[in-house]
Order: sequence, then structure tokens, then C-alpha cells
Amino acid sequence: MHEYSIVQALFDQIGDAARSHGAVAVRRVRVQIGEIAGVDVELLRTAYDLFRVRTLCDAAPIDIESVAARWTCPDGHGDIERGCALVCPSCARPARLAAGDEIVLTQLELEVP
Amino acid sequence: MCQACGCGDSNVVPVALNERILAANDRAARHNREHFRDREVRAINLMGSPGAGKTAVLEATARALGRGAKVGVLAGDLATDNDAQRIRAAGLVAESITTGTACHLDAAMIHKGLHRMPQWRTFDYLFIENVGNLVCPAVYDLGQDVNVVALSVTEGEDKPLKYPTMFQKADLVLLTKIDLLPHLPDVSIAGIRANLSIVMPVPRMMMVSARTGDGIDRWVRWLEALRVPRATAHVVGAL
Repeated sequence: MHEYSIVQALFDQIGDAARSHGAVAVRRVRVQIGEIAGVDVELLRTAYDLFRVRTLCDAAPIDIESVAARWTCPDGHGDIERGCALVCPSCARPARLAAGDEIVLTQLELEVP
Repeated sequence: MCQACGCGDSNVVPVALNERILAANDRAARHNREHFRDREVRAINLMGSPGAGKTAVLEATARALGRGAKVGVLAGDLATDNDAQRIRAAGLVAESITTGTACHLDAAMIHKGLHRMPQWRTFDYLFIENVGNLVCPAVYDLGQDVNVVALSVTEGEDKPLKYPTMFQKADLVLLTKIDLLPHLPDVSIAGIRANLSIVMPVPRMMMVSARTGDGIDRWVRWLEALRVPRATAHVVGAL
């Protein structure tokens, strides 16, 4: 249940951003969560909804964009098919993770006076 | 007009951030890593399920390394000091990090743990025995040099597929309790290797038994290869 500790870190970041922009409230929170980031999207949503009550984020729904995992050849021979060994079928080099490990606060909508 | 709720408020501004949510942990991990590099301490983050044999591996490692290396352990434990006590009984320096309800260690906990174990500066190896869990510990960088995942033969071949994040981040998988294999006719080592190759870009696995000592010599050689000066270091592959 590290989703709660991720939400705590998220609130710290939101608080910093809100202060630096002089915001009085947050209206929307957008995050990206990768498929193999190790974060359960529904647990994250539940944790966020529990924590946001009577905070700056009380009226801010969270938009969670899921990002599919994508492994690719480091030499540009293209992506590895899902469910296959993580080596390039053309050159046998170990694949590189191109997407799917994101735990990112992408955007806030802030209410400024 | 405000798009979120139609309240008519016009002072809602979008602010692009694109920051990792765990940026504060990443900074703390970088700080730990700098400490380890300054002192030439190799830090190993040892993860795995509860009961995978992490503490037993450390006990066997202590026996095998003997006086050849200075080793300390920070042992993450939800509620007890049992693991650290076992490790101390095996002759290593150990401190517990009691996490309470937290399911993982983070970089700040490691930093505090180092303060309670000032002799870490003299270690050749610092093992961080993470909380028994195949999910949460994989998400937090601690400042380690390598991630090692203990997977016991009784856990089933599909664990790598069920917990891809954990295995994707592993530099080495220690397949533990191999002395039990004669009792487990349905466990296929080839199946475990095949599943690892789907989640680890460079699948490395070593088979060990902490009880019999089987395979521990190869594990110790792998550890010794980590001590090669960093400029020329390479991680030895499993044969």
C-alpha cells in the first residue's frame, strides 16, 4: 500500500506548486502512471480521494493517465512484441524501457485570486 | 469559464509540471549514493517476498565471506528486531529499521539508519534487507549500487510475470532454497528462466541454498566483482 506514501509525496509537490503560484485552491490534478511503475491506479485514486478532503485539493478531481509499457531496441530496430523476451530479435541487444515506468505529476489547474 | 465545475470562475490557470512524484525520494537516494561512492561501500538492496530466504542468504554470505570483507546490514522489518538479531548472531554488524505499517524502505529511512550505524563508512558491503514484499520496495530508489531479488523455489514459476516491476529492476535474481527441489517435481527451472527473460532485459539468475551452501561461492564471486574499482567495474553475468 505504498500508494498512500505516493499520495503524500504528491500533496507535498502540489503544496509547493500552489504556494509558488499564489493559488488559493487546486481545481484539477493530472498524473501519469506507467503500466510497470509498480503503482495500482485504483488504490492511488482511493488514497488521493481520502487525503484531499479539506485540503487545497478538496475540489480537485484527479485524472490518471495510464501509460502502456513499451520496450524497444537500443539500436533502433523497433519495439519488442509484448510477452516476448526482452532482447531485440534483429541484433540480440537487451531491450530498453521506452515507456511504462512513469510516476509523474504532469499538470495542475490552479485557482489564483 | 471554469471547465471543471462550471462555477464561472475565470482565474483557473493550467500549470505544467512534469515532475516525478517521488522526486524528493530520488534526491535523498542520490545523497546516499554519493556517500557510498565516497567511501567505496557497495550497497546491495536485497528484496523478495516474506519468507523468500533473504535473512538466510545473509547468514550464509557472512559464513562464506568470513573475515575477507567488512559487511553491515540495515534490516527493514515491520514490527520486530528478529532479522537484525539473526544477522548479528552470524557475526555481522546490523541495525533494524522498523517501518511500522510501511511496506517498503525509502531513501530517507536508509539515511537515518546510517546515522545509527556510523561504522558503515568502513564497510566493503552494505546490505539493505528490504521489507518482505514483491511490490512496494521496487518503487523506491535507496541509493544502492545493485538490486538483488531473492525468489524461493516454492514460490511458483509465474512470480516474475505477476510482479514485473520488481524483476525488471533486479540486477540479479537469487533462486533460493534449491535444496528443496527434489521435493518439488513440478517446479521447472527452465520455466523460471523463461519468465525472467520476459521481464528482465538482462536476465541473471543464480541458484543457491543457504542451508547446504550450494551456489553460495558463485554468489560471493559476484559480490567480489562489485568491488572492482568503479572506473573498470562490470557486473559478472550468471553462467
